[in-house]
Amino acid sequence: MTTAHAEAANGTLPHEPERATAEGRNKVLAFWLFLGGEAVLFGTLFATFLALRNQTNGGPSANELFHLPLVAAATFILLVSSLTSVFAIQAMHRNNIAQLRNWLILTVLLGLGFLGLEIYEFSVYVRHEEFGMTTSAFSSAFYTLVGFHGAHVAFGIAWISLLIGQLSYKGLTVVTAPKIYVSAMYWHFIDVVWVFIFTVVYLLGKVG
Amino acid sequence: MDWITTVDHKKIAILYLWAGGLFFGIGGLEAILIRIQLIKPMNDFLDAQTFNELITMHGTTMIFLGVMPVIFALMNAVIPLQIGARDVAFPFLNALGFWTFLFGGILLNLSWIMGGAPDAGWTSYAPLSSSTYSTTHGVDFYTIGLQIAGLGTLIGGINFLATIITMRAPGMSYMRMPMFAWTTFITSAIILFAFPAITVGLVLLTFDRILGANFFEVGGGGSPVLWQHIFWIFGHPEVYILILPAFGIISEVIPTFSRKRLFGYSSMVFATILIAFLGFMVWAHHMFTTGLGPVANALFSVSTMLIAVPTGIKIFNWLFTMWGGQVRFTTPNLFAAGFIPTFTMGGVTGVMLASAPADFQFHDTYFVVAHFHYVIVGGLVLGLFAGLHYWWPKMFGRMLSESLGKWTFWTFIIGFHMTFFVQHFLGLMGMQRRVFTYLPNQQFDLLNLVSTIGAFLMGVGMIIFLINIYLTSRKPADASNDPWEDGRTLEWTIPSPPPEYNFKQTPLVRGIDAFWKEKTAGHTAMTPAEPVGSIHMPSATAIPFVMSVGIFIAGLGFMFSRDEFGNALMSFLFNNYIVTAIGLLITFGAMLIRSLYDDHGWHIEPEELEGR
Ligand code: HEM
Ligand SMILES: [Cu+2]
Repeated sequence: MTTAHAEAANGTLPHEPERATAEGRNKVLAFWLFLGGEAVLFGTLFATFLALRNQTNGGPSANELFHLPLVAAATFILLVSSLTSVFAIQAMHRNNIAQLRNWLILTVLLGLGFLGLEIYEFSVYVRHEEFGMTTSAFSSAFYTLVGFHGAHVAFGIAWISLLIGQLSYKGLTVVTAPKIYVSAMYWHFIDVVWVFIFTVVYLLGKVG
Repeated sequence: MDWITTVDHKKIAILYLWAGGLFFGIGGLEAILIRIQLIKPMNDFLDAQTFNELITMHGTTMIFLGVMPVIFALMNAVIPLQIGARDVAFPFLNALGFWTFLFGGILLNLSWIMGGAPDAGWTSYAPLSSSTYSTTHGVDFYTIGLQIAGLGTLIGGINFLATIITMRAPGMSYMRMPMFAWTTFITSAIILFAFPAITVGLVLLTFDRILGANFFEVGGGGSPVLWQHIFWIFGHPEVYILILPAFGIISEVIPTFSRKRLFGYSSMVFATILIAFLGFMVWAHHMFTTGLGPVANALFSVSTMLIAVPTGIKIFNWLFTMWGGQVRFTTPNLFAAGFIPTFTMGGVTGVMLASAPADFQFHDTYFVVAHFHYVIVGGLVLGLFAGLHYWWPKMFGRMLSESLGKWTFWTFIIGFHMTFFVQHFLGLMGMQRRVFTYLPNQQFDLLNLVSTIGAFLMGVGMIIFLINIYLTSRKPADASNDPWEDGRTLEWTIPSPPPEYNFKQTPLVRGIDAFWKEKTAGHTAMTPAEPVGSIHMPSATAIPFVMSVGIFIAGLGFMFSRDEFGNALMSFLFNNYIVTAIGLLITFGAMLIRSLYDDHGWHIEPEELEGR
């Protein structure tokens, strides 16, 4: 167990600090497993959505509702945030704390932008289209799938923000590095899920 | 206090055991009440509503809160020892998994005193479980209680996977792992891929009931059959989550008491993997009668029957292990031997049910009830009894009484067959399940009476077991390292009960049945793989407990968010989700504290180790 705080500054931090301790390696492995479970979770939500996507119960349908430019903008923002989190991990591997912090902050900001667009989108549907949770089976499935993803994004934002805070007073150590690495894995995962949502919910909703 | 903050897998095992035992008792009481109601035709001991609540809670309690934690208790007690590890990969998560399970279970059972238990069956089929037909809070307790308990199971599953992947002693390759470790590994994998499905199902049902969503409401475009798909895509793998650990236990007990290697070890491993894989392919055999059509029914029928092949391999391997061995019928081995024919009978009725046209006759009759009790009670529960008697000295340092153990076995197994064997015939004669009474003179009367008497006899077996535990707990803890004298695996190389660090020195594994291998080479102990050194231990913490309390409060708050209260303050707190928010704040606050203060644990130094 190491308690050193300023290993990065001393140059004693290994190249892949997230895998330097057994605990770190365990954490990364367990997080892969956890993402496997998350994949089943979203898979079930997708299956539900596909089963119910045409059950509009007289309410608005996907085709009437969706406004692709807005969703495309949100998609773009989220994809860029994945890229910035890759840069963050690369900075971490170079032991460059300042860059690491800046890339993480940028990732959080992009995440907030995405979330803002999503909240705006939902509020338009609810207020102007009379499309709420109770409208139809389609609406229930839509809000649950997309909302679950949104909640994941919100959680990710809170989590990474906290890690940024920890980074500034604990520094980069073999204890904080696995946390940062794992949060980046999580962030990529929700990005990948979004790509599926974009395709299955929005594109398919427009054309099918 | 010690028990609330512990992160030691051996103590968590004991917590799981007591909690599971408690819920098992509640479920057993519910079963007895059900059987009293059915003892004679047109009985008015219970009314229909209470009966529905009892069968629902009996099934739910037994599966999720009774046998699952006892399985987890044995896994926690044994797995780190069997693979030569000092602990599980994530001791903190291990404690968290236990506490979320316990608080989920408590929430579910609060329904009895807070205005009505769940009443839509343990499968909660829509539309019965919708707010139209189930008007109390019962099903809300089901969805939210199970959700919280399920979280604990998922955490436990991930923990065991990581533990088995990374913490095996040097030399213990996968193909040298004891069978119980193997089945735990595969079971955990099934948990990981099956539980998220029920998580989603429970969320959808909660949303239907509390937020007015339309997933399963036909009137809003929803589909009740969707619930069945989601439920069974979890539910069928769940029955393998239950039975595979029992297979593992039997595969430990039989070789030990036959003084022989497990016959066909590698075929056992592959059969286990195959069963797990097929388990995910067959869920719709629970839905033959929902109108999926002949093609789907035929495919699911065939894939279901395929499972009989790896299962059959296992049965023959156990028989071949005993064949020509020096078999000793100790209590654990009696239970293991009793398991084999009983479970086989359940498998045979399973294959009968898997034939779709036949299932149209059997479905929702007592034939199905007989089938799943043969596999779950005759399989899993006998397996758990075998495991508990077998590992009790390791867990507590005291041997259970052999003569009382044999009494437990005979009363339980005779009672079991009396209860459920006759139910096959009741089912074939047309007695429906989940109906609270029946008319006289349909030839149901005598068989139901026999069944109820059998249930009481099983209850007697349970009481003898409890007496055995009580008497044993008053004896001195003097069990040796290897109290059965023929132990084959690593847990028998260390003291009973083990010290908190398990192994003073991590052992070097040189083959399957590592300890037996050393014994046959004339050694009395394992060769260590490392010098005696300082051992790192995780610190005790109440954070898992606090986090679970938070989730519990949040669950209650959400459940009552749409209720009207006489009291203005209560309405304000619940209707504005303030209680929910407080609960979540407690949980996330505790998580935050955990993340801010690094837990560096503590060390046990070599001098202390030697000083014992
Ligand atoms: C060869 C192995 C097995 C086969 C072929 C099989 C087949 C089936 C089929 C077709 C049904 C549906 C009956 C109906 O509802 O009409 C069923 C029900 C059931 N089986 Fe099995 N089964 C097997 C093993 C097991 C095992 C190992 C367990 C548990 C440890 C189990 C637990 C259950 C339960 C709980 C139900 C009833 C579910 C309910 O409706 O409440 N089965 N089985
Ligand atoms: Cu099944």
